[in-house]
Amino acid sequence: MKARTILLPALLLLVLLGAWELYARLGPLDPLILPAPDQIASSLWHDRGLLWDNLAVTGREVLLGILVAVVAGVGCAIAIHLSATLRRGVYPLLVASQTLPIVIIAPLLVAWFGYDLAPKLAIVALICFFPVTVTTLDALASVDPDAIKLLRTLDASRWQVFRHLEAPAALPGLLSGAKIAVAVAVIGAVLAEQAGSSDGLGHLLLQAIPQLETPRAYAAVVLLSALALLLFGALTLAERLAVPWAPRTKRRNA
Amino acid sequence: MDITLQAPLVSAPTSVEVRGVIRRFGAVTALEDLTLQALEHEVVCVVGPSGCGKSTLLELVCGLQAPDAGSVSGAPAVYMPQRDLLFPWLTALDNAALPLRVAGASRAAARAQAHPLFAELGLDGFERARPEALSGGMRQRVAFLRTLLSGKPVLALDEPFAALDALTRVEVQRWLEEALARTPRTVVLVTHDVEEAVVLGDRVVVLSPRPGRVVAELPVGLPRPRRRTDADVVALRERALAALGVPA
Repeated sequence: MKARTILLPALLLLVLLGAWELYARLGPLDPLILPAPDQIASSLWHDRGLLWDNLAVTGREVLLGILVAVVAGVGCAIAIHLSATLRRGVYPLLVASQTLPIVIIAPLLVAWFGYDLAPKLAIVALICFFPVTVTTLDALASVDPDAIKLLRTLDASRWQVFRHLEAPAALPGLLSGAKIAVAVAVIGAVLAEQAGSSDGLGHLLLQAIPQLETPRAYAAVVLLSALALLLFGALTLAERLAVPWAPRTKRRNA
Repeated sequence: MDITLQAPLVSAPTSVEVRGVIRRFGAVTALEDLTLQALEHEVVCVVGPSGCGKSTLLELVCGLQAPDAGSVSGAPAVYMPQRDLLFPWLTALDNAALPLRVAGASRAAARAQAHPLFAELGLDGFERARPEALSGGMRQRVAFLRTLLSGKPVLALDEPFAALDALTRVEVQRWLEEALARTPRTVVLVTHDVEEAVVLGDRVVVLSPRPGRVVAELPVGLPRPRRRTDADVVALRERALAALGVPA
């Protein structure tokens, strides 16, 4: 089972890469428009210094952005969970915040915060905090009411109900939200960099295309994808370590 | 048979007193003029058809709901829901020790205090097991232990054996009897199983279909442990069933 889950996608990927290679070499397109996978691999190697430096920049933005998003998202979820007033007042605004077109907001934020880290964090966090908030909130709300009754007859305070029951019960939800968040965080960071930046893989992408360094642009895309996959894998591992009791997560990711 | 003549322990103080209680949910009347008492260390089994307000009664006894009319008074009660509701992130021992943690004990102190009972009640060796690794019967024992460790004088048990298979049920019922013999408590146990009520109870209270009212009270007064097949148990079961309106 385990071997098959890795083998099948790997095989499919190989087939796709092979088809791409053939099409790029034998097809009608100029290699400047569609480089072959081996050219991209070679760019990954030859431009490694440049790519690595920019990956480090983007990686930092993504990590810090997710951190801000998780703190803000969990904070929001807890506040909304504890207060019916906040649920009515804040929740619709949170949903509305997700309808803001980030592509348009990003340059405005850059104009506001400048070219440094702040606008990138803001954009990544803006995209990522929503899934964290929603999944955490749902997990908090779906705690068994009978378990709450049990704790109340044990004279548990509101804080103790949260500490002994709701918080551990919500942890799997939080981690699911964070997993959704990492997938979009990388996109957010690239958008933010393209809106105004002097480094990062998003900036590199923007530079590489007019310079006709197409293989380098594709190499940057490969690295961005790898970054998202790595973060997703790390969170899956964290999930297994932190919530070993959740059989659902085990089966899904096995 | 003179079962009805055997009065309960009249000298014991009252632990639970429900008097003339009415409880409505919108247009539905769940309980109507319900009066029920449990004396100290008495095991009162409440039987009734589905939806007669048994769970509502327990929540009233535990103070989780307030009656619309009438009064509920008595010693503090702990609620044990139908499903075991062990927390999957805690070990068996930590689940049992939860009431001590809520009462303010440190993790280590709670474990130390819970452990002797844990061992005494036949759970030795399963301290570190997670609930998912335990059998249904074991889980229910841990849940009972958690209820006992609350230290509350009254236990409000909501169909505690309903989820168990027949064999495990008898075993856990026997186990509960022993546990109560060691640390006597006042018990209000609701069930739809008349036989179970007669086997476990000092008194059986029969409720009518909704709105729930007491239609019969049968003092049991038989020596323990009782078996389902004992002639007296069978006779009493028939009386309870007759009170429920089930033809013999």
